[in-house]
Amino acid sequence: MSSVKDWAAPNPITENRGGLIGKGVERYEGRLKVTGSAPYAYEVEAPSRPAIGYMATASIAKGRITRIDTTAAEASPGVLLVWTHLNVPAQAPRGTRANPRSQRPSNPALAGDRIENFGQTVAFVVADTFENARAAANLIEIEYAAEQGVVDFVASFDQADQPPGEEDVHIGDFPAAFAAAPVTVDETYESPVQNHVQMEPCATTAWWDGDKVTVHTSIQMVKGGQHALAETLAIPSDHVHLLTRYIGGGFGGKGQAYDDLILSALAARALGQPVKLAYTRQQMFHGTIHRPAVSMRVRLGAQPDGRLTAFAVEAITHCARNAIFTEHAANFSRNLYAAPNRLTGHRLVKMDLPGAGPMRAPGEAPGMLSLECAMDELAEKLGLDPIELRIRNEPDVDPETGKPFSVRQLVQCMRDGATRFGWERRNPKPGQVRDGRWLVGMGMAAAIRGNFLLPAKAGVRIDADGTITLRQGMTDIGTGTYTILAQITAETMGVPMEQVKVEMGDSNFPPAPGSGGQFGAATAGSAAYEAGMNLRKALTALAVGDPNSPLYGGPAEYVTFENGNIAIENRSETLAALVARAAPDGVYVEGSISPAADARDYSQHTYGAHFAEVGVDTVTGEVRMRKMFGVFAAGRILNAKTARSQITGGMIWGVGTALTESNVVDARYGSFINQDMAGYLVPAHADIVDLDAIFLDEADDKANPMGIKGVGELGICGAGAAVANAIYNATGVRLRDYPMTPEKVLEGMLAVGL
Amino acid sequence: MRPFTYERAPDALSAVKAVAENPGAKFLAGGTNLLDLMKLDIERPTHLVDVGRLPFAGVEEVNGGLRIGGAMVNSKLAAHPRVRELYPVLVRALVSGASGQLRNKATTAGNLLQRTRCAYFYDTTKPCNKRQPGSGCSALEGVHGAHDAIFGASKACIATHPSDMAVALTALGASVETLTPTGASRTLAVQDLHRLPGETPHVETDLAPGELITAVLVPPPPEGGQVYRKVRGRASYAHGIASVAVAGGRVALGAVAHKPWRAAHIEDALSSGASPAEAAEAELSKADRNDHNALKITLVGRLAAAAIEESKTRRVA
Ligand SMILES: Cc1cc2nc3c(=O)[nH]c(=O)nc-3n(C[C@H](O)[C@H](O)[C@H](O)COP(=O)(O)OP(=O)(O)OC[C@H]3O[C@@H](n4cnc5c(N)ncnc54)[C@H](O)[C@@H]3O)c2cc1C
Ligand code: SF4
Repeated sequence: MSSVKDWAAPNPITENRGGLIGKGVERYEGRLKVTGSAPYAYEVEAPSRPAIGYMATASIAKGRITRIDTTAAEASPGVLLVWTHLNVPAQAPRGTRANPRSQRPSNPALAGDRIENFGQTVAFVVADTFENARAAANLIEIEYAAEQGVVDFVASFDQADQPPGEEDVHIGDFPAAFAAAPVTVDETYESPVQNHVQMEPCATTAWWDGDKVTVHTSIQMVKGGQHALAETLAIPSDHVHLLTRYIGGGFGGKGQAYDDLILSALAARALGQPVKLAYTRQQMFHGTIHRPAVSMRVRLGAQPDGRLTAFAVEAITHCARNAIFTEHAANFSRNLYAAPNRLTGHRLVKMDLPGAGPMRAPGEAPGMLSLECAMDELAEKLGLDPIELRIRNEPDVDPETGKPFSVRQLVQCMRDGATRFGWERRNPKPGQVRDGRWLVGMGMAAAIRGNFLLPAKAGVRIDADGTITLRQGMTDIGTGTYTILAQITAETMGVPMEQVKVEMGDSNFPPAPGSGGQFGAATAGSAAYEAGMNLRKALTALAVGDPNSPLYGGPAEYVTFENGNIAIENRSETLAALVARAAPDGVYVEGSISPAADARDYSQHTYGAHFAEVGVDTVTGEVRMRKMFGVFAAGRILNAKTARSQITGGMIWGVGTALTESNVVDARYGSFINQDMAGYLVPAHADIVDLDAIFLDEADDKANPMGIKGVGELGICGAGAAVANAIYNATGVRLRDYPMTPEKVLEGMLAVGL
Repeated sequence: MRPFTYERAPDALSAVKAVAENPGAKFLAGGTNLLDLMKLDIERPTHLVDVGRLPFAGVEEVNGGLRIGGAMVNSKLAAHPRVRELYPVLVRALVSGASGQLRNKATTAGNLLQRTRCAYFYDTTKPCNKRQPGSGCSALEGVHGAHDAIFGASKACIATHPSDMAVALTALGASVETLTPTGASRTLAVQDLHRLPGETPHVETDLAPGELITAVLVPPPPEGGQVYRKVRGRASYAHGIASVAVAGGRVALGAVAHKPWRAAHIEDALSSGASPAEAAEAELSKADRNDHNALKITLVGRLAAAAIEESKTRRVA
């Protein structure tokens, strides 16, 4: 196992002689995407014309199918196949893991007559066209014996339990310290169910060649999808070739295999022809996972100087009865502020709703909406500036574990941000600043998100024309992975970007864990870097051992790679010349990365500070953004452009979190009210006015050999709280129930006499 | 979507006949509402008669007012110089609706006849009297308070009409011109076009089967300022929680009833010298108050008062 010490030495990435690291390189696949020529899973060209599937879904939340009549559907024009639980081909029972190394167990579709959530797939039609399949699906008659499920979160708190295998974390004596604290905050914050609403819904195109299936699907984890399908179909995993080359947004919602993958593969086998299947926009809301609602109680006890003495964050959340998942909304608070007496923990209600699961910054995204407002409330009680309060509670070491920080620039983020944003313009007294019919206010919040490195591999080959191709079972969910892998490979090999190709999203390629938890760039990138370093070694050996190379007999330790050349001082040749002559079939090597054991000796996170300025319409309670700015510290930045795009995208999502995004369960039916994007409101362009972000200079040599960290999730962490705090500063209305819709803001304004 | 047949009408009268003679037929204009509803199996026409390309897509001057073609798309109407000059309230209403792409397809007639955005109307697994007469109204005890009607609702349906444009047209006193299956044309006021839900929320207008909206007639602009204000969850591309159109002394409210709501009590109060707030109160005190809608009633009142106030500072060129 490697050690963080190995990572501290200079290397081609940290030396950055080609200047590619950090540069705002254009997206590798950008042209394909903007010209509509990047084939997404539903658009790939199959060996022959695919038949089209359509799913019929359950109209109750819990119960049993008592009758299902497909006669009319079967007789409908163009229909090739109609399946229900009664006639779907055999699949492994749910949760089967015949191969112990499978990363995901089986996940059968149409597995029985039980209904476990509204929107569950209950029948499947394949026809010659999408329209015929859908029309036929509408003809299927289904009767249910409905049962009362647990679908009302707030009414079910009495059923909340400790999540399996988890304990609350107690440090010191929180109750005593809280009771003794001269200044306290004790408030509860509510974050609703949220949906991922990725642009591209889940979709698969599948076909068979003998006993092997090829699936193009939209999934964040290549191996997970491959294994889930193999286990479900009870076939060896190397009989599943899974490809996921372009993904129109994942955000955690595509971390798992859904029915589109299973049913299209089964149907393609049954029909002996390619089949494709996509979820409709409406089906995405119940057919895939969501971020669960979280109710968070925050208790802070402070001394008059602002030092926290008592600190508690407790979260109640929910998940599906048969798919345990905990939204760890309190975890982030364990590493953020110093306080000697601490209590953090979670409670979980099992409900008869669709599966809850990860969504961009699971844990932090809802969690920071609580603490970062509570800190604002505490600052006001203490008469302190919210930044000053946070600085007074800045810990020297990790407040929970006592470990040193690898690097922590939270204070710099806040200070730098305050200057650039113009925080001194803020009137600490709320409700004071008017601009016509608007009340104007400013708020800030801190951001923290963990940094992770997982095991990964990568393969890299160089061909006789000098082209270097990186291959990895990695995914790009729109974040820029293609681009940064190309940059890392080019910089490692000392070649221009044009000489590098990146191929990924293929289960035949060396595996990487995929996109999630903002570990993608660090994990896949480090493996790509290691593969590149191995290729350098191989080419060095080739050159110094080849009598026809100008480097022949030279000292391997003096070999450099720059400008497409391999060189020892002024003896050099191009990589293309070397390979064409000495290895005309090309050279292929692999590399791998695994977490360093001693990395765990450090508290390792990414940090930031958000600043928001809002206007609140004094007549209607509508909140409109005026300005938003963020400063972030997230290790070495690989690509200024894609990193900024990730971070500002997260901030924009934070605006949605604060103002519009929510789904509500109608407890009578156990279903979500919003089932399209006219009802589920994400920010539109007009909502985002003046928004920008910068990164502080940083390198974290405890993170990985490149000193980089993730940026995909950091931007959303705390962003909504900054907006909520700005609403308070504007109006004096403190809302603790997200999102802060006009109705809620107006109600608050009426209560304070506005 | 169920299978259907399609024809492009050569002229208005054949379009009218084609729909009048076939109980399963419907007009198709921009399709931005109808096609969505067909895909969701909410509308199930067996035949579509495309009227989107009939030559009713222009603006003509008529007696100091304008005659707007039923097939004119919303974005062109909003950009029309005469419309901008005479009816800023209409322009504001149009551009506050939907998105740029949708406004490029949506027509004047289609916009007037768009159906409600009640979430239960859209979810075919739920009872809805408007979608399936007699099945019940899920919204009555539902969770979608912000978009519910506060005027003229019934136990059978509490949905609102979602058009912004129609609210401005109501304030302007506009009327629709139609072609009936007999070949005769008639006009009716926009404020009389839609019905209140009563026991039959699925019957939304007073148009006869096959009756085609050929134009909207807008009288000369009234004296006084014009204002359109819409309250919504995000800054664009969202249906209103409430809206108000003011044109001189005329006021209409949107997203408050099954039809664009002419606020006659506000107008009466204003003409007898009431303040904007008092005038708004005169209307809102007549709202159907229940346990859920007090906030919306307050919101509409504040909005109406503010818009009337603002209209005093506006002048039409
Ligand atoms: C996501 C979304 C958001 C939207 N937001 C808003 C909003 O904020 N505000 C707003 O006002 N609107 C909004 N709309 C609605 C939009 O304005 C309507 O979809 C559009 O105006 C309908 O016009 P169309 O020409 O496409 O009608 P179509 O869909 O073609 O037709 C609608 C109806 O009108 C009938 N019809 C069409 N032409 C005639 C005619 N000449 N005579 C008789 N009957 C006719 C059709 O038979 C059909 O029943 C939104 C729509 C969408 C999809
Ligand atoms: S309010 Fe009207 S449209 Fe909505 S569910 Fe009730 S009947 Fe249907």
